[in-house]
Parts: sequence; C-alpha cells; structure tokens
Amino acid sequence: MSFPVLSLLIFMPWVGAFVLLVSPGLGPRAARLLALTFSLSTLLLAGVALCGFDPSAAGYQFPESHDWITSLSVRFRLGLDGLSLILVLLTGVVAPLSLLASWSQANNPRLLCILFLLLQGAALGVFLALDFVPWFLFWELSLVPAYFLIRLWGGAGATRSAYQFVIYTIGGSAFMLLGFAGISLAVGTFDFGELTALAANGTLAVKLTALGGIWPTAIFLGVLLGLAVKVPLFPFHTWLPAAYAEAPTGVSMFLTGVMSKMGVYGFLRILWPLFPSALHTFAPALLWLAVGGVIFGAFAAMRQTDLKRMVAYSSVNHLSYCLLALFAICAISRPGPDAAAAALTGAILQMFNHGISAAALFFCVGVLEVRSGGLRGIGDFGGVRTVAPLFAGLCGISMFSSLGLPGLNGFVGEFLVFRGVFGLVPWAAAISTLGLFATAFFLLTFWQRVFHGPRIGAGKGPFADLSAIEVATLLPLVGLMFLFGLFPQLLTVLINPLVNTWVSHLAMP
Amino acid sequence: MSLDYRTLFEALRPEGALIIGALAVLGFDLSILRRLSESLRYRASLAVGAAAVVVAGCLACCGPYGPVFGGVLILDRLAVATRIGVLSLTLIALGTVASGQKLRHSAEYVAIMLFAASGLTLMAATQQLLVAFLALELASLSLYILAGFDKARPEAAEAGLKYFLFGGMAAAFLLFGFSLIYGLTGSVDLPEIAARLAAHAPGPLLMVALIMVLVAFGFKAAAAPFHLWAPDVYEGAATGSASFIASASKLAGITFFTRILWTGFYPVSGDASSLPLAPGWVPALAAVAGFSMLVGNFGALAQTNIRRLLAYSAISHSGALLLGVIAVGDFGVGPLFYYAFTYGIAVAGAFTVISVVEKSGPCQKITDLGGLFQRAPFLTGCLAIFTLSLAGIPPLAGFFGKFSVFASVLRLGGLGGPVGWLVVLAIALSAVALYYYLIVLKQALVTPAAQGATRIVVAPVAATTLALAAVLIVLLGLRPSLILSLF
Amino acid sequence: MNALPCTIYVSFTGALLALAVGGRSPTLARIVALASALTAWGIALFSAIHFVPDAAGPVTLVDAPWIPQMGIRYHLAADGISLTLVVLTGLAATAGILFSWNITERTGEFFAFFLALIGGVYGVFLSADAFLFFVFYEIAIVPKYFLIAIWGSTNREYGAMKLVLYSFAGSALVLAGLLWAYAAGGAHSFGVAELARVAVGFSHGQQVGMFALVFLGFAVLAGMFPFHTWAPTGHVAAPTAASMLLAGVVMKLGAYGCLRVAMPLFPLGFVFWQPMIAWLAVIGIIYAGLVALVQEDFKFVIGYSSVSHMGFVLLGLAAANARAVSGAVLQMFSHGVIAGLLFAVVGRMVYERTHTRKLAELRGMALYQRLPFAATVFVLAGLASMGMPGFSGFPAELTILIGTWQAAPWAAALAAVGVLIAAAFTLRVIQVSFFGQAAAGSAPLPPLPPITLPEKCGAALLLGATILVGLKPDLLLELIRPALQAPFFQAVLKGGAL
Repeated sequence: MSFPVLSLLIFMPWVGAFVLLVSPGLGPRAARLLALTFSLSTLLLAGVALCGFDPSAAGYQFPESHDWITSLSVRFRLGLDGLSLILVLLTGVVAPLSLLASWSQANNPRLLCILFLLLQGAALGVFLALDFVPWFLFWELSLVPAYFLIRLWGGAGATRSAYQFVIYTIGGSAFMLLGFAGISLAVGTFDFGELTALAANGTLAVKLTALGGIWPTAIFLGVLLGLAVKVPLFPFHTWLPAAYAEAPTGVSMFLTGVMSKMGVYGFLRILWPLFPSALHTFAPALLWLAVGGVIFGAFAAMRQTDLKRMVAYSSVNHLSYCLLALFAICAISRPGPDAAAAALTGAILQMFNHGISAAALFFCVGVLEVRSGGLRGIGDFGGVRTVAPLFAGLCGISMFSSLGLPGLNGFVGEFLVFRGVFGLVPWAAAISTLGLFATAFFLLTFWQRVFHGPRIGAGKGPFADLSAIEVATLLPLVGLMFLFGLFPQLLTVLINPLVNTWVSHLAMP
Repeated sequence: MSLDYRTLFEALRPEGALIIGALAVLGFDLSILRRLSESLRYRASLAVGAAAVVVAGCLACCGPYGPVFGGVLILDRLAVATRIGVLSLTLIALGTVASGQKLRHSAEYVAIMLFAASGLTLMAATQQLLVAFLALELASLSLYILAGFDKARPEAAEAGLKYFLFGGMAAAFLLFGFSLIYGLTGSVDLPEIAARLAAHAPGPLLMVALIMVLVAFGFKAAAAPFHLWAPDVYEGAATGSASFIASASKLAGITFFTRILWTGFYPVSGDASSLPLAPGWVPALAAVAGFSMLVGNFGALAQTNIRRLLAYSAISHSGALLLGVIAVGDFGVGPLFYYAFTYGIAVAGAFTVISVVEKSGPCQKITDLGGLFQRAPFLTGCLAIFTLSLAGIPPLAGFFGKFSVFASVLRLGGLGGPVGWLVVLAIALSAVALYYYLIVLKQALVTPAAQGATRIVVAPVAATTLALAAVLIVLLGLRPSLILSLF
Repeated sequence: MNALPCTIYVSFTGALLALAVGGRSPTLARIVALASALTAWGIALFSAIHFVPDAAGPVTLVDAPWIPQMGIRYHLAADGISLTLVVLTGLAATAGILFSWNITERTGEFFAFFLALIGGVYGVFLSADAFLFFVFYEIAIVPKYFLIAIWGSTNREYGAMKLVLYSFAGSALVLAGLLWAYAAGGAHSFGVAELARVAVGFSHGQQVGMFALVFLGFAVLAGMFPFHTWAPTGHVAAPTAASMLLAGVVMKLGAYGCLRVAMPLFPLGFVFWQPMIAWLAVIGIIYAGLVALVQEDFKFVIGYSSVSHMGFVLLGLAAANARAVSGAVLQMFSHGVIAGLLFAVVGRMVYERTHTRKLAELRGMALYQRLPFAATVFVLAGLASMGMPGFSGFPAELTILIGTWQAAPWAAALAAVGVLIAAAFTLRVIQVSFFGQAAAGSAPLPPLPPITLPEKCGAALLLGATILVGLKPDLLLELIRPALQAPFFQAVLKGGAL
C-alpha cells in the first residue's frame, strides 16, 4: 500500500472543513487563512501526483481500492489518469482563488469556508472516483454546499435559483441512479473499469438487452439525462444562468470553473465508454443539441444586459464545444484518427481553459459589482479603463482568452475542437462558427461599453483599481492563460497517451 | 331412576350454604344487630353474606361428580366451574355493594342477593326442564327485586318494573316452550328429550317450541331484538344490582342455555356453518347473535350515559357469547366459559369503579368520570384494565376470550359460511367497540378534572375488590390455561 | 443472544417503575425510563454484534408452551431482520426519551406509556408465534392513544382516535385472516412455521383471500396508500417522542408483519396481489411526495414524507427478491432513524421554542441564525431523507431500486420520480423553515431558548446512526441477507415477476 495521495487529495479539504467546524471561536481572518491553506493542499498534492505521474501510460495511476459495500459489490476505488489530473489541477488552481475572491465576504465567513472546502473535496472526489457509488456520492454531495453557498450568500433571487439548480440536477441524477441500478442488476458491478471493459467487448450491451423492451435505451437515456443537466446540454441549461448569476462571485467562479466540468467529465468517463453504440445511435440528435447550445448560448449571451448572465450564457456556449467534439466523434462510425484525436484533445483542453477564463471573467464582473454597490448591467458602467487601468488590462486579457485569441489559452482548445469537428462532421462545425462570431461580438461589446467611452454610471464615481488581494486572485489566472496559450503541450503531454488509446479503440470495429 | 338423597344433599350443599347464609343475615339483622348503628349493620350483613358465599364456593369445589338424583342435576366440569364462577362474581358484586353508597335495608338486600346466587348456581347444574325453570325463576324473581330495591329513586322502580315485565313475559314463553317439548317428547329430562327428538323427524310444532325457548333466552340474555330492558335496568338499578345482573346472572344464563340447547335439543341443532342452512336452532341463534352485535355496538356509539353504554356493550357481548354457544357442540365449552367468566369479572369491576365514584358525586354521564386520573389514580388504573378487557385488548382476559371463541367458531366452517361471516362481522365490530371504550377512557385518563372536584377516597373493601378483579383479569389473560385446562 | 427477550421485560418493568416513581419525582421517572431504554438497546446491540445466523431460519430464544389447549406457544426467535429492527427500536426509544426530557406534565405516566409501547414493539419483532405476534402488536396500539391524546398538540384527540382505530381495524383484519388460516388448515398451533406448513394445502382462492386480509391489515399500519391517512394526522397530533416512535418504529411493525407473516404464509396469494401492491406502493411514493410538496404545516410535510418513504419499503417487499427485500428492511431502519430525527427537530427543537409550525410564520424567523444546531441537524436529516449518498437512505433506496428493476422496471422508474419529489419537498421545507429571511426593518428577534444537552445527545445518536449505516451499510445488510436465505422465505422470494 503506497502513499494514498488520491485519498489525501479528496479528504484534505474535508479535514479542513472539519477543523473549522469544531473551532467555532476562530476569528474571520484566521478562518479564512486556515481554509486557504487547506484549499491550497490540493494544488500541492496535485503537484506531488504530477511528479509521480507517468505521462506515457494511459491507465489509471496511484490506484486505491478498498472494500466498501460488499453486498452491493461496491468498492471505494480511486485512480488518476491524464483527464483526471488536468481537472484536479484545475480544481487546485480555481478553488483557492475562488476562496480568495470571497475574502471580503463578511457574513459568517467561517461557514462560507466550511462549505467551500466541502465543495472542493466533493468535486475532487468526482474526478478521482472509479466506482459509480463513491462517484455518485461525491457528485450528489457537491450539490449540498453549492446550494447553501448560493442560497445564503447569493443575490435577491438566490432562493429560487438555488432551488432550481438543485432540483434540476437531482432530477437528472435520480434517473442516472436508476440507470445504474439497472446496470448493476444486469452485470453486478459498479466499477467503471470493469464496466468499460464489458462495454468494450460487447457483454454489457448484450446483458442490458436481456432486460428487454425499452429498458436498455431507458438506462442510456437516464444516465445521459443526469450528465446533460449537469453540463448543461441545451435545452437542459435553464437552471444555469439563474444559478450562476445569483451566486456570489467566488461561488460563481467555482461553479463555472470546476463544477461545470463534472458533467463533461462524466460524458467522457462514463457515458461514452459504457454506451458506445447507444451514443452512436443518438449522436446525430445530440449533435444538434450541442450545436444548439453553441449557437443559442452565444446569441442569448449577446442579448443579455446583465453582465453576469452574459458570462453565464457564454459558459453554456463554451461547454457545448466540448460536447460538440465528443458527439461528432460518436456520430460517424469510423472517425479519422487525426480528427478524432484533435477533437478529443481540444475538448479536454477546452474544459481546462474555460475553467480558467470563465472564472476570471466572473471575478471581473464581481469586481464591477463590488465597486458599484451591486450593479452589473452593461449600461451601468463606462470608461472604467481610465480609472482602473490594471483591472481593465487583466479583464481584457481574460476576455480575449475567452473569445479565443491566438496566443492565449482559449484559442488552442477551440481551434483543436473545430479542426477535429471539421474533419468529422463539417456542417456542424460550420454552423458552430456562428457561435464564435457571436462570442466575439458580445465580449467586445462588453469590453467597449464598460471600459471605454465616457465615464458614466458607476464608473463616474470613485472607482478604485484592484486591491492586492484582487490582484492576487486575478493575476495567477491571467498568468496561466498566457502559459497555456503559449505552451499548450504542457497539458497535451498529460493526455496524449490517453487520447491515443481512445482513438485506437475507436479505430477498432 | 335411582333417587339418592344423600348425594342430592351433598350436591346441593352450596345452595344450602347460601340459603343458610341469607337466613343468617336476616336473623342477625333482626336480633343482635338491631341496636347497633346503621353502618355497622350494613358492614356486618355484607360480611356474613360474603362469608356464606365463600363457604358455598368451598363446598362447590368438593361436591360429588356426575349425574345426581337420577339425572335431575348434573355436576360436570361445566357445572362446577360455573358455580364457582357465579360465586366469585357474587363476591365481587357484594364488593360493589360494599364500595358504594349505603342502601337502606342492607340485610334484606344481601339476603336477596344470596337467594339469587343460589338460583344461579342451581341453574348451572340442572338437567331437567322443571328444575331448570324453577332455578331460573328463583334467580329471576330475586333479580327483579334487586333491580328495583332502591325504592327511593324512581329510576330504580322503573328498572325493576321493566325488568319484571320483560322477564315475566320471557318466563311465560319459556314455560310454554317447555310444555310443548314435554308434549312432543313426553319427558322433562334433557338426555331423554334428545334421544326422543333424534328418533323423530322435526315437525312444525317443535319449531314453535324451539322459537319460544329461544325468544325466552333472548330476553334473559338481553340479546337483540329482545334487549330493550337492559339499558333501562343498567341505568336505573342500584349499582350493585346492575353489577350482579351483568356478571353472575349472565354467566349462569349462558351455561344454562348451553346445557339445554346442546344436551336437550342437540338433534335439532341444524347447521349454519355452510350454505344452504340446515334448519334448527343454530341458524336462529346465529341470526340473533349477529343482530345483537350490530345493535349493541352501534347502539353504544350513541350513548352519553356510562351505564347505558355498558348495557349496550353487554348486548354486543351477548351476541358474541351466543356465537360461542354455537361452537360448543364441536369444540367444547372451555372458550365459552372463559369468555363469559372473564367478561363478568370485567363488567363487575367496571360497575365497582362506578360505585366508588358515586360515593362522591353522581356517576351517570360518561363525563362524570372526567379527570378521574387526578381524583383517584388507582380507580383509573382499574377502570382502564376492565374497559380494555371489555374491548378485547391483549394481554387482558377479554382478548383471549373473544379470540378463542372466534377461533372455535371459525373451525366450524372457515370463513366460507354464515357463521364465518359472523366472525368477520364480530372482529370488524370490535374496532367500532374500541371507539366507545376509548371515549370512556379518554374521560378518565385525558380530560382534566372539573373545578372543585375532590379526591376520591377508595375504601379498603373497594380496593380489595377492585384489585382482586383486576388481578384476575390480568392473570387469566396471561395464563388462559388456568381455565381452559379445566375442560 | 439469549438475553434478547429481556428487551421486552426490561421495557415493561421500566414502564411500571416509571409509573411508580413518577408521582414522587419526575426526574427519577426520566432516569428510570432512560436507564430501561438504554439497557434494552444495549442488550439489542450486544446480541446483534454476537449474532450467529442459522441457515434454517430464526434462532429460537424462548420456546415454552403457553396455551397448550390451542397449541399456542410462547416462542421468541430472532434472525437478522428482527435484530435490525430491534436495534432500531432501542435507538428510537433512547432518542425519544432524550427528546422528551422536558415533559413535566404527568411525567411518570408518559414514560410508562412510552415504555409499554416500546415493550410491545420489541415483542412483535421477536415473536415467532402468530398469536404472540398479534398480542404484542395489539399491546403496542393502546399506549399510542394516550400518548397522543394526553400529551399531543393540534387536534390531538381526533388524531389519536383516528390513528388507534385505523391500527385496530388493521389488526382486526389480520386477526380474521390468521384465524381463517388456523381454522381452515386444521392447524395445531399458531407457530408461523406451522401455519406456513398447513397453508401449503390451501386452495388458490383461500390463499388470495387470506393474504388480502392479513396483508391489508398490516399495510394499514405501514401507511400504504390509500390507507395512510391516519399517519400524517396522527404524527402531527402526537408529542415529539410519540411521532418519532410512530414514524420510526410503529409503521415498521406493519411492514414487518407483511414481510414476516403475510408473505411467507401465503405465497400464492402474494403472487396474485403483487402487481396491485407494487402499484399502490408507487402511487403512495409519488402521491404522498406531491402532497408533502404543498403542505403549509411543517409537521405535515414530515408526516407525508414518512408515507412516501414507507412506499419504498412496500415497493421493496412487492418486488419480492432477496435484494429488494433486504433493501426494504434497510429502508425500514433508515427511515426509522431519519424520521425520528426530522420529527425531533420539528416537534421538539423548533415547535417548543417558536410555538408555531406554520411554514409561513417560520419563514420570517431566520431560524438558522437563532437555532444553528437545529438547522444543521435538520439539513443533515433532510439530506438523508432525500436519499443523499453517505446517509443510510441511499444504500437502502439503491438496493430497492436494483431489486425492483429486476421485478418491474416501470416501478423502478416511477420510484426514481419519487426520489426527485422527495428532494423537492425536503429542500423546499429546509429553505422555507430555517433559511427564510426576516422581513426587512422588523424588530430584532428575541433569542430562543438554547438547545439542551439531552436534545443534543439524542440528535447525535440518530445522526450518528444514519451516517454510520450510510457509510457502512454492510453492518446491517450482512445481518439481513442471510436471514432471507432461510427456507421459510424462499417460497415467496423467488422473485416472481410482476
């Protein structure tokens, strides 16, 4: 039994939450520092994992496996591959920064920190668990702190939007649970690894068919629904703008930076390997939905006057690229290996990049909100650049990263996705480019109306530039945008073997 | 027919003891006790009466066994058990009297109760129509007087008169029925009658005779539709009399009917365990039983008077008991006796509680029991035991009584036949019954006492009586074999 | 193991003792009650830990003739299923007493009735003779009336009467069915095994009729739709500890009776009624959930949620395979703990401090700031009730879902909708009751009395149990599953397809 680095990764934040819970006398500052320390543990341990990570191997590394519920043949299995590692790193970056973004939150900071750490641990669990039951445990548990973070620190409509958020997600999860109950009945295991193997040699499909009737399809649709709501896939996205917009800044950052990746991760880790043929059958329809998400997300964002909702809709758009890539691969029976590899790599990179840039954008909107006393309409600001040049600069970089300017990280992912999809399903790629234009349009409108022109609205009053803590929050994100924009191979090297394995599986009949 | 007077004497020793006791009570009261205070006379009469009952009970235990005096009397297990049962219930009824308000002319009252008891014990053992009728009338006439004894109250007079009129009519029916039977069979001995009936095909005249007898039984047992006297008697009679009428008289009556019907009219019993019905007294009895249970339970729902409620509950229990009579032929008298005896204890206990409460205020309405838990916790506990036993809640005796009776009735033909349906009806109605019993207990246990209600002092005699009854209910409920193994 | 019958005796003795000392010193009555409950629970736990399952069926604890004339024996036996529920009873009783620590009116009597009820429940779970089972079952009915009618709240006399009459009517049906089986088969005893033996000879029609009577009778107590209406009314009217017991344990009596008596005795009858039961279970899950969603009384929400959760138990039983049934038993345990916790928060922690259960009024009270402990407990209990993984509800519902899949996928699908509805009403009540906002500009709210130590202990016990079982469901499943392998259950657990 080697050093259980993955367990530590998951549970360190929870240990932190526990420590905070049992020390009610802690002052706000001490509580925040303690929480930040524990939150940073993820980055540290991810670094440890990265050092020990063998980038050339495609399988799971640092495996851990413990008996858990023997009567349901459930094991507590953890493992790390390139995909997980990238998302763990993303969590390691975004989580402490989100906490930092909430630094000035004066209302019950201890509880805030506890919930944040719980959320962080749950998200890490989702990325590392390799058995459905523990995976689902973390998946569902992440909702609880998220709900309370939105509900207690959110805006005026937080009650309704938090409720909507949880009910939508649980609605999806309930059917996913149902689906897995069926799978477990058919094959008697919850283990993703075993299930993948069974799916690869066709046993899973055969056994599910034995359930008869519409039920094999129903199982697939149940799992799909659970994941689609979480991503969200158009048209299951309606909870997202409300939840992101009502959440406090730090929480929005975490939600968009990390939690929205849980859904895409589920598609790649669960739905695709387990239901290759069903996914193939449904892929044309799903492709339309993904394209719909790309277009609709972008155009809806264009119509928003609330900046936070604008960024939220842009998240719908960006995440749809990831699914677009996946569905494009599934839609055709023998995808070309190059195109498939590009699309997959692009999708994974897009997950990471969107996490960074969307978090940064939410933070920027949060800064505007703080300065204006809660205003975030696009018409409430003007000429901010003149009073806050540093803020304007960093925000601008984040925007350009988000709209995919070459040299910044956003470009790489989107480019690879489009390159792949063009090679696979050209019409989908062609239509989706409309989304690119719309994204550019609304982000530039944002940039122009808020930072340029005469100082109007909230920009007219005293408008302080970024404080030290705010710089500390935003600067690392911007740094990463440059880093991975210029050296995307730092990330691709981690996932190349994985992508190659997947592609080689695709090539097989 | 061998007439052995010595055995007859031995067999009738309990009755003798009772009658001597009654005379002794009267004699003492007229002579020695005359100059003493009212309350001392009262106590002395009760003490002598109780002593006589105890002596009679001891004598009943160790009498001869089998047919006596050429089969005029039969001292089988049922007879012995019923005699002892009747005497125990008489003792409790004396306790009820002792617990309550003092009656004038207590010596006469006690003496009449002893006479009644002797009639009842005789009823338990009789096997001949004439003796049966005499025993019944001995008991009944005493009971009429007991019901109307409290002359000061017009309700008591009404109760006595009503009881007398109905009872007299019932006696007339019974006598008419008996005479027809005698005319048809030429015998007054029950085994003889059975033998003759078995030899002949039943004719319409026999049916008339049977109906006459059953109507009379219905009156005596307060089974619907012949129950109309019961609520008024229970309401108006002195509490001790009501207790005695409801308990001892019922037990003796049930044994009496069982004996006459099963020993005498066995060949014309008919069958109600499956369709089509075979004509006979069993289907008629089943119909009366079902009707009684319906009338009793639904009638009780509407009552606001605790005594009338107990009367309707008695009617419903009569129904269940008559149902039990049906099963005796195949499955023995054990369950029926157990049921009748424990029912008697419970109802006598309940009347004793009423009697104690009455000492410090009226106890007619159910609401008069309000706040009893604050006024007398011990009484409340006893009342809860008696009421729940009447409702048939385990582990109290009332539950096993019903259970064993129903089980034996069901064995006749399962749920498929009419008696099976009656059992289902009875079980369903027990849920209805729980409602009104809980209404009583709600007053006693839940509702707080009215302003100014005083604490009730429970005298030692009352406490002993109640404790005895309660212990019997619990003990017999936990160990039904104590009685069942007698049969 | 052989100490298990003492759970019954200890409880009844405790009841008498509490009654005896209650008049003099309420504190003494409380201590007596707590001591008896703890002793009984300790015995239960000890026996469960040292339990050696017997492949042939329940392990006999006591077997003595009781009423030989009718072949009735005082026969107590235990297997994993009864042990699970006995442990639950001990837990619920202990917690219930802790949450009733503040009862000052007629304290001794309260604990006497409470412990009498508990004793009856222990007896039911340990009985191996149908008559004995029935006796204990009825013993458990009457104390409920007084607990509710004397110490209850809203509409208590009506609620108490309705509850008791429903229970009693249910038990009357059971009695009719059992007597029918006893009489029709010419059985010589009321031993469940003996009845099962003669039941083999019954015609299909007889089995169908007997099963209908017995199952319906028990299902009334289990809160099966449409015979559930006593449950919300009764739960709302009852004092906290009684609500905890009613939802936590007494409803389990019904489900246990269905599993232990109705199903194994009349397998043919069961197969006939199986689809109907499954439908009623599913309708109950969804209907009660939807009703809970629109309730305006805090306690009614919990009351209906109990009905909804018991629907899962019935669904598991209806699916009739070892997996679904083991899930149903686990769900009995889980719901017992969770419902107890929810009622404790609503009835004791909140109602006795705010004197209202109207959600509209609680909304303005900002309770999460004023009662943070209660809020935390309620949130955790609510999560458990929603079937959140990590709490006991999840493995139970998952096991039931898997088992139901096997028997009837459509029922599993509808049950999943029920899970969603449960999440919806639980979340709604959490946010309205505890996390409402005080109206702006209103006067600062006065502080509420702090949560007392017994309340904290009780909550910790129950929370600990639900989390422990949530994380280690094997603890119970390993007890339950071997019990279902007994030949006695095999006749009915062949998993007949719906």
